[in-house]
Amino acid sequence: MSVVEKSVSELHELLVHRDVSSTELTKAYIDRIHSADPDLQAYLTILEDQALAQAAEFDRKIAQGEDIGTLGGIPMALKDNMCTEGVRTSCASKMLDNFIPPYNATVTDRLRAAGTILLGKLNMDEFAMGSSTENSNFAKTRNPWNLECVPGGSSGGSAVSVAADEAAFTLGSDTGGSIRQPAAFCGVVGMKPTYGAVSRFGLVAYASSLDQIGPLTKTVRDNALVMNAIAGHDLKDSTSVPYEKPDYTKFLVNDIKGLKIGIPREYYGEGIDSDVAKGIQAGIQTLIDLGAEVEECSLPHTEYAIPSYYLIATAEASSNLARYDGVRYGYRAEAADVLGMFKTTRAKGFGPEVKRRIMLGTYALSSGYYDAYYLKAQKVRTLIKQDFDKAFEKYDVLLSPTAPTPAFKFGEKSANPLAMYLSDVTTVPVNLAGIPAISIPAGFVNGLPIGMQLMGKAFAEGTLYRIAYTFEQNTNYHTLKPNLGEVLARGNR
Amino acid sequence: MVIADKYEMVCGLEVHVELQTKTKIFCGCTTEFGGEQNTHVCPVCLGLPGTLPVLNREVVNYAIKAGLALNCEIAEFSKFDRKNYFYPDLTKDYQTSQFDLPICGKGGLEIEVDGEKKWIGITRAHMEEDAGKLVHSGETITTSYESSVDYNRAGVPLLEIVSEPDMRSIPEVLAYLEQLVQILEYTEVSDCRMEQGSVRFDVNVSLRPIGATTFGIRTETKNLNSFSSVRRCLEYEVARQARVLDAGENVVQETRTWDEGKGITLTLRSKEEAHDYRYFPEPDLAPLVIDQEWVEGIRKTLPELPVARRARLQGLGLSAYDAGVITSGKAMADYFDTALSYYSDAKTLANWVMGDVTRLLNSNQCSVADSPISAKQLAELLELIDKGTISGKIAKSVLEEMYSTGKDAKIIVKEKGLAQISDEGALLGIIDSIIAANPQSVEDYRAGKDRAIGFLVGQIMKATKGQANPGLVNQLLKQKLS
Amino acid sequence: MAISREDVEYVAALARLELTEQETQEYTEQLNSILDYAAMLEQLDTDNVRPTAHAVPLHNVLRKDQVNESIPREKALRNAPDADEGFFRVPKIV
Ligand SMILES: [Mg+2]
Ligand SMILES: [Zn+2]
Repeated sequence: MSVVEKSVSELHELLVHRDVSSTELTKAYIDRIHSADPDLQAYLTILEDQALAQAAEFDRKIAQGEDIGTLGGIPMALKDNMCTEGVRTSCASKMLDNFIPPYNATVTDRLRAAGTILLGKLNMDEFAMGSSTENSNFAKTRNPWNLECVPGGSSGGSAVSVAADEAAFTLGSDTGGSIRQPAAFCGVVGMKPTYGAVSRFGLVAYASSLDQIGPLTKTVRDNALVMNAIAGHDLKDSTSVPYEKPDYTKFLVNDIKGLKIGIPREYYGEGIDSDVAKGIQAGIQTLIDLGAEVEECSLPHTEYAIPSYYLIATAEASSNLARYDGVRYGYRAEAADVLGMFKTTRAKGFGPEVKRRIMLGTYALSSGYYDAYYLKAQKVRTLIKQDFDKAFEKYDVLLSPTAPTPAFKFGEKSANPLAMYLSDVTTVPVNLAGIPAISIPAGFVNGLPIGMQLMGKAFAEGTLYRIAYTFEQNTNYHTLKPNLGEVLARGNR
Repeated sequence: MVIADKYEMVCGLEVHVELQTKTKIFCGCTTEFGGEQNTHVCPVCLGLPGTLPVLNREVVNYAIKAGLALNCEIAEFSKFDRKNYFYPDLTKDYQTSQFDLPICGKGGLEIEVDGEKKWIGITRAHMEEDAGKLVHSGETITTSYESSVDYNRAGVPLLEIVSEPDMRSIPEVLAYLEQLVQILEYTEVSDCRMEQGSVRFDVNVSLRPIGATTFGIRTETKNLNSFSSVRRCLEYEVARQARVLDAGENVVQETRTWDEGKGITLTLRSKEEAHDYRYFPEPDLAPLVIDQEWVEGIRKTLPELPVARRARLQGLGLSAYDAGVITSGKAMADYFDTALSYYSDAKTLANWVMGDVTRLLNSNQCSVADSPISAKQLAELLELIDKGTISGKIAKSVLEEMYSTGKDAKIIVKEKGLAQISDEGALLGIIDSIIAANPQSVEDYRAGKDRAIGFLVGQIMKATKGQANPGLVNQLLKQKLS
Repeated sequence: MAISREDVEYVAALARLELTEQETQEYTEQLNSILDYAAMLEQLDTDNVRPTAHAVPLHNVLRKDQVNESIPREKALRNAPDADEGFFRVPKIV
């Protein structure tokens, strides 16, 4: 087994016992990126020199007997919407093609402080708008399980690089499912934490009240380890919650006896692939066998989540993306006057999906429509939140498929935006309610991974980890790897 | 105001005032005026992708303080909203402001014009961020081929104070503004340095036929930065609107700009250009919950406000005019009050402060706050007059000496030997010699010409270089001649 | 509540997006289909429902009025498409 295939906790053991140096590890990942990425295209920026320098620094520290922490020396990568000082942060947009932030996101700082090695920046849907990574202006990220299929989105690069061992772990961002759905499509573990658990400072905003950063990892334990490093209150983010951050690994016990799991029936409506439903049903049986109490339940406003989400998210986006005007940074189209410059810069700098969402959001906020669309959506958001509150009076977690289908083919949905939006039905309610949810590998359909989503109360990430960990310990889906033989062979030629 | 006996003016004002915090509203950059362009900026106030605002507590404190001083209701629940519009001086292409739930609700203040008191309502006051500054290549925005942007001011905290359309004449408008600025200065919510743009005025004005009860169509002229601009702008705009109405046309509801050089207003935004600000709650900032304790804590820090202060000074015997002059600025009023704690004759004190002290300060272009003569020193000088140590006339020259040297009055009097000669023996000798030298005057006096004694006193004062105690001289001279 | 071509043009002007003829047509159709779908929200009675603007209720998140260093000017201007003499530069405003 190649070293790059190992989990973070395994790598930590190797580093601690000096069986491998961080430099060796970093080189191994860079080699893997060089051979796998020509086909997979997960990376937008590869930081070979910087990563090796960071690794060398780490190796000096460990040689001097310094405490390395649980993530020290571990090579990882960030979605390209998280700011990295001195390193291009493009959001996969022509608009920010040449943008080099003069500051670090809080997560960037925290992972650096934890001693991790930054391998590079990962592909995504432009400004995190999309469910397939097809909206990237720069690269076509492929699903390592089937190169004809999308990796999911918008954190496609983050999921693929973990699945294909191009990074030990990555961070993604999730506004309506953008961590969980690609994690499900690529067979990795993806956590969307409670809104306010991880600082958004330095995360280029898509929809401020919904965005949340989280880890994509090979195992549940790895996920908890990364959460330990990135979560917790941040004074630079006014929406960051001052809560007492637990040690998330404390929840990793192989025992779910007596836990109550609700199965919201609305998540199994039309549009859910019957094989996916069957796969999840098998997963539910496993949990029952392990002692969980499972019951069908109802979240009656689920069908309203998609329109509510798309109105709120696009409204916020229309405002968040106003600053891309060609004055202070990023792309500028030359024009005779400022108005012309604004209009042309934005017409040429943004891709079609971004423009579509800006149009929708601007409309939802515009005079005469605010009440009917934006305000209405916010009220419906309250109803959706109340559905969850009620369900959590009875259940510890709620369980559903992460996505209605396995990964789809390129171009299959991109022609019809509404159809693409509808595929987010299982993930967006969670963002509207601000609660945490995790996607874990739960089987395969036609050789493609499927994900099981566990949703919990606000700040109950620990409970999600407990169930996810128990499920993982009693299944072997997470140990299965995509066959990258041909990909690597091509890349190495 | 009645314009050509036909129209009445209706005016309301929006006043933007920079709050006197050390740092900007949402980041730690300094608010200091006059730095090199784009040196008081950071990722947050430059609106770089990914940055987030964190509200400065002091901005809220100042807003509450101003609100209390302006008799406003302080909202228990308040929030920020985004006002969306594109302009190169806005780093995010939206302004973080407050829309439907401002921190200060209804309030107002009393003005006095020609002895008539009138209440001017305040609709609301809200917190928001300032924009950057545009510098145009040409003379004006319209003749430029390009513009340069300095974001030092972007993010400086503002309080926007919106009045009711309660003002009916230019003097009322000016009285309101003077009163408002005075209160903001007194409460130290703002330094109100108009020459630095820390107070700016938007003027809403309309005309209506005399006797009408509904309002006419108004125009809004933005960004005036002095009282005199407001006055001239109103004079121009009222005359212009009257001409439009006289011609049987309608005033166009629009935003206008003031051309200071030409003294005219011009259309700024054409009507067809939409301004649909798409306000919505700022998702990056948590709302404010302001409890009684917070409000009362700030109320305790409120100084005596100008109206109360004027009343108190009038109670001490000052005329309304004098009380008004003394309280026109907080520095002057504070100077007066400090001196008053050492010297109790308010009337005399007022005469000196408004007279010689002000004259000295003005001729040296010095502010009261920076006066080299402290309030206590002035009080001591006045004590010397009352005790008869020096005459009022000598005191004036001592004051000048105090100004240039910073020394106490007593020391100057001593060093220069300026104390009055109140020694009868010494004075009698001088009196005798003056009587001997001026027999004609003595004769005149004895013949009943009272004026002659004045001449003799003058001669004695001259001989003593003004140091003789004039009362005593008078008394002794009369005794000698009788 | 169908969205007209004029609505699309108005919104594009507000959002400072220069649209091609084809985009205008496409967005008119697509926004219509999305908004038709969103019309389902009208079925819900929300008269007595308070809107949710923030997923997690926090209030009075405030910082001290303490000066932090600004960034050097060359750093502030580094990403600027056009900068000169310490200023960001833009073409004429009107
Ligand atoms: Mg304003
Ligand atoms: Zn700043």
